Amino acid sequence: MEEFRNIVLEVNNLKAYYKTRSGERIRAVDDISFNLREGEILGIAGESGCGKSTLAMSMSGLFLSPLTYESGAVFLDGENIIGKKEEELRKKILGRKYSYIPQSAMNALNPTLRIKNFVIDLLKEHHPHMSKKEVLDLTTERFESLSLPPRVIDLYPLELSGGMKQRVVIAVSTLMNPKVVVADEPTSALDVTSQKIVIKLIKELFDEGIVKSVIFITHELPILRHVCGRIAVMYAGEFVEMGKTEDIIFSPVHPYSQALMQSILVPEIGIKGKKLPNLPGSPPDLRKPLRGCRFADRCFLVTEDCRKEDIEMMKLGEREVRCIRANYIMAQKEKVVPHV
Amino acid sequence: MCSDDAIVRTENLTKIFGSGKKATKAVDDVSISINRKEIVSLVGQSGSGKTTLARMILRLLNPTAGKIIFEGRDITNIEGKEKKAYWRKAQAIFQDPYASFNIFSPVKKVLLDTFKLFENKFTKKEKWDMVCESLEAVNLRPDEVADKFPFELSGGQRQRIMIARTHLIKPELLIADEPTSMIDANLRSGILELLLDLRDTEGTTIMFVTHDLGLAYYVSERLLIMHEGKIVEEGEADKIISEPEHPYTRQLIADVPKLSEEWLLE
Repeated sequence: MEEFRNIVLEVNNLKAYYKTRSGERIRAVDDISFNLREGEILGIAGESGCGKSTLAMSMSGLFLSPLTYESGAVFLDGENIIGKKEEELRKKILGRKYSYIPQSAMNALNPTLRIKNFVIDLLKEHHPHMSKKEVLDLTTERFESLSLPPRVIDLYPLELSGGMKQRVVIAVSTLMNPKVVVADEPTSALDVTSQKIVIKLIKELFDEGIVKSVIFITHELPILRHVCGRIAVMYAGEFVEMGKTEDIIFSPVHPYSQALMQSILVPEIGIKGKKLPNLPGSPPDLRKPLRGCRFADRCFLVTEDCRKEDIEMMKLGEREVRCIRANYIMAQKEKVVPHV
Repeated sequence: MCSDDAIVRTENLTKIFGSGKKATKAVDDVSISINRKEIVSLVGQSGSGKTTLARMILRLLNPTAGKIIFEGRDITNIEGKEKKAYWRKAQAIFQDPYASFNIFSPVKKVLLDTFKLFENKFTKKEKWDMVCESLEAVNLRPDEVADKFPFELSGGQRQRIMIARTHLIKPELLIADEPTSMIDANLRSGILELLLDLRDTEGTTIMFVTHDLGLAYYVSERLLIMHEGKIVEEGEADKIISEPEHPYTRQLIADVPKLSEEWLLE
């Protein structure tokens, strides 16, 4: 039944590069395509430097230097938002249709303003007609419905704990019921107890229908296991595998996804004897033009064909994999990535 | 708790930062004991006092009260030469290896400087051979990294160099404070393996200091759970994970997302 839901976000062959002063181009987001349906939470997993945060920024249509748009399209609610003026994006898209929750809530709030004045300032940009009282009523109501103590709107950011700040940022950035919320590592600066509370808040926003669709970006796979329906694994600017959460976490196909899943350490009986993967080398330099599979240098199944030409995403049942050896891997009974 | 096996123990160790109304008890009356060749983890959330406790044991921070006993000797107040001698036996690896380097020194100088900690009669050649050996022990090629500066290395490589340094010093006790939290999961295993090797080949006692319960459980035989400056629970890793007793430990375990158990239910 998932298939019948509306597509709210469609990303087609999106490329976004960083331009350095010396004229080099860093291919941080290189040909990413996917759909996000209404009522879906999609997880994007990947390690530092793979381009996942750049992807989150690019999907807003706002390219801040040195990030530059290269090619591709982003359809939000049926409308291509690439190429729109910053003014128009700010007024009509950002906050209303697309909302971004950053990793560090500390930098998102203004330290010199009480939360309420911050919110009033913010909504002036998007809803110039709303009176101060209307804004405050809306904020108070939203805080109450998310079981956040409404008194925090009278406080300054420094009076709040890290977890509370992040919850405030989330509540504020979803005030206008955006269609798509992109949460970029929203909990990596928090301890596990606050992390759980923040994740619950995002789930609550979703379950109550305040936000329709969520993209959850993180390197912490155990969290994705509990919040997402689908997961995309990103490596060196590309998606290498995308599919249902259970499939990706428990039976990944791409050698990189396999290594990533095997590296998960959770406090559960049974992991003590587990062998951890030991990948040689490091991800490729995205400044240089790349040919063939980007994981080839670190892969144990590499063949000559892997380096010959760029590898396309291949459909395998319900999942997509960017690996020419996927069929071989699927045919093996055991995991193919060797252990330490 | 006093046993002959203990390499280091603390007695009612306390650290108070600030004074008067603003006084904060970062470490509150902690008595722990670590056995020789043991691998333990000190687990706690940010602000629990775990790093403060580790820094006191390393004698990088003076305690407000209490004692530190290393190999049966009170080292709480040693200074100067004695302290330097202690550092030959107790070493640390920190979260951000970048902060542990002199940014103006190439790798070989960082490692050769280590010899200043010893009173030694090694020739230049002998020192260099030892440096190469230690780099090889951490899977780095001496000819590739020796002349590089810290900023030319990746986080994983920097952490390996810190471990190479440990190989040169061969300390009795190694305190690893979040050694892998700035390193990607795929490279983490290599670092952990190197550290665990140190115990197996050199008999080094290792204390991990971490907020990551999964990591702590994976590497250690025993866990010390710290909360608000106190050790609230300690014991065998398996036992703590399967049958936590203290309410805080239970909460902590429940809050960590796992793969096979439901997490967001209640």
